[in-house]
Amino acid sequence: MALINSRSSIRAGQTSPHKLALNSTQRVMGLLVLATLPGLLAQTVFFGWGTLINVLWCVLIALGCEALVLKLRQRSLAVCLSDCSAVVAGVLLGLALPPFAPWWLSLVAVSFAMIIGKHLYGGLGQNPFNPAMLGYVLVLISFPQEMIAWLPPMGLEGHNNSLSDAAFAIFGSGVDAVSMATPLDVLKENSSLTINELWQANPVFDGMAGRGWLWVNVAYLAGGLFLLWRRVFTWHAPIGMLVAITIMATLFWQGSGSDSHGSPMFHLLSGATMLGAFFIITDPVSGATSNRGRLIFGVGVGIMVYVIRAWGGYPDGVAFAVLLMNMAAPTIDYYTQPRTYGHHRANKGMPKRD
Amino acid sequence: MEIVLYAISALLALALLFGAILGFASIRYKVEGNPIVDQINEILPQTQCGQCGYPGCRPYAQAIANGEAINKCPPGGQATVNALAGLLDMEPQTLDAEGDEVPVTRVAFIREAECIGCTKCLQACPVDAIVGAAKQMHTVLADECTGCDLCVDPCPVECIEMRPVAVTTRTWSWPLPPNGALIATDRRGQMS
Amino acid sequence: MNAQTKLIATSERKIWPLTGGVHPAENKHQSTGMPIASVPLPETLVLPLLQHAGTPAEPVVAVGDKVLKGQLIARASGVVSAALHAPSSGVITALESRPIPHPSGFSEPCIILTTDGADRWCELAAVNDYRRLPPAELVARIRDAGISGMGGAGFPTALKLSSGLPIHTLILNGTECEPYITADDMLMREQAQAIIAGAAILQYVLGAGQCLIGIEDNKPEAIAAMRAALAESVDADKMEIVVFPTIYPSGGEKQLIQILTGQEVPSGRLPADLGMVVQNVGTAVAVKEAIVDGKPLISRITTLTGAALQKPHNVHALIGTPAHHLLQQAGLHESQLSTLVFGGPMMGFSVDRLDIPVTKTANCLIAATQAEFPAAPDPQACIRCGHCAQACPSSLLPQQLYWHARAENYQQLLHHNLFDCIECGACAFVCPSAIPLVQYYRASKGAIRTLEAKQAQSERSRARYENRLARMAQESAEKEAKRQANAERAARLKAAKAQEQVAEDDPVQAAIARAKARKAAGAPAKVALSGEQKELKIQLSMARAQAKKTERALSACVDDETTKKLTSNLAMLNEQVAKLEQAFEGGSAEVQAEEKRVKIARPALSDDEKKRKVELAMANAAVKKLQRALDGASDDDAATLKQQLADAEQRVAGLKLALEGRL
Repeated sequence: MALINSRSSIRAGQTSPHKLALNSTQRVMGLLVLATLPGLLAQTVFFGWGTLINVLWCVLIALGCEALVLKLRQRSLAVCLSDCSAVVAGVLLGLALPPFAPWWLSLVAVSFAMIIGKHLYGGLGQNPFNPAMLGYVLVLISFPQEMIAWLPPMGLEGHNNSLSDAAFAIFGSGVDAVSMATPLDVLKENSSLTINELWQANPVFDGMAGRGWLWVNVAYLAGGLFLLWRRVFTWHAPIGMLVAITIMATLFWQGSGSDSHGSPMFHLLSGATMLGAFFIITDPVSGATSNRGRLIFGVGVGIMVYVIRAWGGYPDGVAFAVLLMNMAAPTIDYYTQPRTYGHHRANKGMPKRD
Repeated sequence: MEIVLYAISALLALALLFGAILGFASIRYKVEGNPIVDQINEILPQTQCGQCGYPGCRPYAQAIANGEAINKCPPGGQATVNALAGLLDMEPQTLDAEGDEVPVTRVAFIREAECIGCTKCLQACPVDAIVGAAKQMHTVLADECTGCDLCVDPCPVECIEMRPVAVTTRTWSWPLPPNGALIATDRRGQMS
Repeated sequence: MNAQTKLIATSERKIWPLTGGVHPAENKHQSTGMPIASVPLPETLVLPLLQHAGTPAEPVVAVGDKVLKGQLIARASGVVSAALHAPSSGVITALESRPIPHPSGFSEPCIILTTDGADRWCELAAVNDYRRLPPAELVARIRDAGISGMGGAGFPTALKLSSGLPIHTLILNGTECEPYITADDMLMREQAQAIIAGAAILQYVLGAGQCLIGIEDNKPEAIAAMRAALAESVDADKMEIVVFPTIYPSGGEKQLIQILTGQEVPSGRLPADLGMVVQNVGTAVAVKEAIVDGKPLISRITTLTGAALQKPHNVHALIGTPAHHLLQQAGLHESQLSTLVFGGPMMGFSVDRLDIPVTKTANCLIAATQAEFPAAPDPQACIRCGHCAQACPSSLLPQQLYWHARAENYQQLLHHNLFDCIECGACAFVCPSAIPLVQYYRASKGAIRTLEAKQAQSERSRARYENRLARMAQESAEKEAKRQANAERAARLKAAKAQEQVAEDDPVQAAIARAKARKAAGAPAKVALSGEQKELKIQLSMARAQAKKTERALSACVDDETTKKLTSNLAMLNEQVAKLEQAFEGGSAEVQAEEKRVKIARPALSDDEKKRKVELAMANAAVKKLQRALDGASDDDAATLKQQLADAEQRVAGLKLALEGRL
């Protein structure tokens, strides 16, 4: 009868629900990494082994930095490292950096992202800015020379798909690799040629969005659609950004003359558009919260990406746009609370003080 | 020289213009707010216990408005200090009291068998929460008692005690999950 | 699967989608394999007085009382309360606190009934044709039957039926969206006619034109049974069975209304405000039994399930049956039991004892193994992924609520509509970081409620304090005024004394005489008080009371009667005096009596009204005095009598003085 009166072995005091869905941070992060694989593959194919080496190197640095900070903060290494958030940050930075970015460039970018961008704010879930983009922007404005130097894509003179060259370029004293401006850069610098002339004059252009870039973006798009299908994030932010870019590019296309900013397709499928739309701005921590907020966030990023591309000082602007919108995210959150069941309208702004 | 004069006069004109707008706005859109003392008084727990050194909550509210420290209200606990800090835009101070930070709600209880009916506690109670008459047994209206302790000392036979208010299934609520401020990994970090 | 899709296809009514929602593993098939079984009578039944939302019931039985099955043992103690009936015949063996099914694990007052095995019913008042009775009468019967919502919240049904608002739609909730629970499913399969009959009664009571019976499409057998029963029913034209896709939490009252009608219950209001009432199918059966059979609510269908049970199934459980008694019927593997949950896995609560009784709201007991309900993993940091917001049926932002709950920022929580959270657990279910979100919300709601209660109390305290201050100020002002008046009077008295011999038959003189008389009356009282003897004081107060009574009577009477009364008083007083004389040798009492006679005789003599009043007052004083003397005499307390006698003498002297002054 002891069983009847009190059984300490029965567990109580736990709130409902008593059973959780098979969902975990690891799973979410793992899916993200999985979804970058097509893009990684495309980038490796078109721009050589450098990208793959970069990604691995960045992941290593990210894990190292994370472990270091966790050690300093006296946290459990096993638990925090296993949530894979560091891996994701490393992968994204590795993909974003130029293929032959020297090792120290990656080191600066990733360690800044992890230590300053993430852990100084309190670690996972606390950072107001996208850490990967913080690291990227830091090296972009500190070392513009290295950052703008992309390699010629596959099929062009100077394309280098030698693994040893890539490794030597990154870790060695540097190979005299042929660097080449990206299509976005070329288009931006162009002031005299019409689009048709430009396409013929510069081998980097091919098809709609430049040699290689088209396929890289399509690969990222595929990965993004996979994540949408797995419901890792909602469609709001990516679609918002892509639609905004399309609209902006259509409005300010200015035909195919020499002052053209490029076609909407060019903008959608060139540069870091798809990487940004599906892998950067969907970072939930630093983005807006509600669906409507995410839509606005995405639209904001899209508009700013185009503004920076068309009239700003840099050929691509995803990183800047994301950081700027990160700053606006809390404000967006205040004004985009969804309408709660049973309420006539949504609450807006800050709670009123009585 | 002339250009400097132009600049100064332009700035002056602008300053006058904006000053006029601001002045107009301050009169036109004046907000009639609660006087600060009332607002402070509303935050105080109204136990009227005098533990702050003032004879009641309103005097203490007045004193706070005049610059007294905001951490002298043990019955209100840290929550009151924080609320006051929020109202007055100050840094929250820690509560100036010994012992429990989170005050346990208590009410006075008269052991009625021992009560001699001296009415001294009736006079001490700031909220008239004790009923009784001379030579009659007194009793506490538990719902109205603020738990201020003021009736305990005057009792000549020490028949008043402060009893914590029992939690029942109807007043119980789930506590915040353990270590609300820390995530699991912090907890582990602390242990290791 | 085919049957299922066909059923959905045949339901032509438009249904609206649920906002959010999740699809937890159903785990319902385990307990639907067997028909609803009955359970052997347990030895003791533990009946908590609080089994419903509201105030606890009030026991109407005492320990040792013999009760019959269905007899009232505790009555509703307020508007929001429900009666309690004996689930079986037996003896009340205790009224004491026992652990009740509640997440806190606390004990609450319960009636303990030891069954006698006879299971003998009390007399039942059945209604043959409920349509002959007015709805109010039926509501009263439902209230007397102690019916409260059987779905989970346990709101007294009678109250829901008497909102006073016009109701056009009755919604029967056969959703049962929580995993594991099959009580309503089995009820619909086996007692479909009773449900339809109950629904017809409810519809009649409410005056509702239509009745929608909402069932999720994962219960094809139940849907078929209900359709068949409805087809046979005479009320078929007013009822409709609506089948909709399975999703959790479609069974919430507000969610079901949204699915079936597309309308939303305004925040802080009731479905009745939309002209709708939602009742559980189990409640409908209870209503049918209460009206048609006259049976109060004494049993319910409870699902016994979980991997720690050998044969999970549904049972007719008497209210108050201890959980272990039921679980043993289902073949409990004690060693495997790790968590016992009351209710479903999404919203139920776990308990740490097996002797907790089944109540009116206990629709399910899950005896889960460790593998089935593993301990919640340690929560990780929130990454604001927003999965919770996608799952939330109320369109809240759970991640923001969590953030503000952790910061105990109550203003922000209210701004984010915390109190519209129905605690369904969908957010915590999908959270990849395994954060116990619902607990944060429950804790915050509790904290906010406590805070609001505290604020209300402090508001009350302030009002009381301010009243007290005002009262004290008034009292001291009055005191001051009195003191001044006294000083003036004293001065006037002094002046009057000087004029005493000169002025005669003057109203002023009369007033002075009154004052003197009062003074004279006051003086002996003080002497008596200084005696410090408790007995004496009691006598004093009694004497005073009597004196006051006499006084009142005197002042109310007309002249003749007054004289009569005074004469009778006189006789009484004479008696007292005689007694006093007996007790004492001294002749002072005689003097007193003499004095009395003189005084009492006087009103008849005088014409002036004012003067008469003075006389009356003086006579009263004398009556008081002598009354006291009488009390003393009866007590045989020589000392007391002496004291009183002395008082009387003093008084007489005072009266003499006054009389002299007046004359």
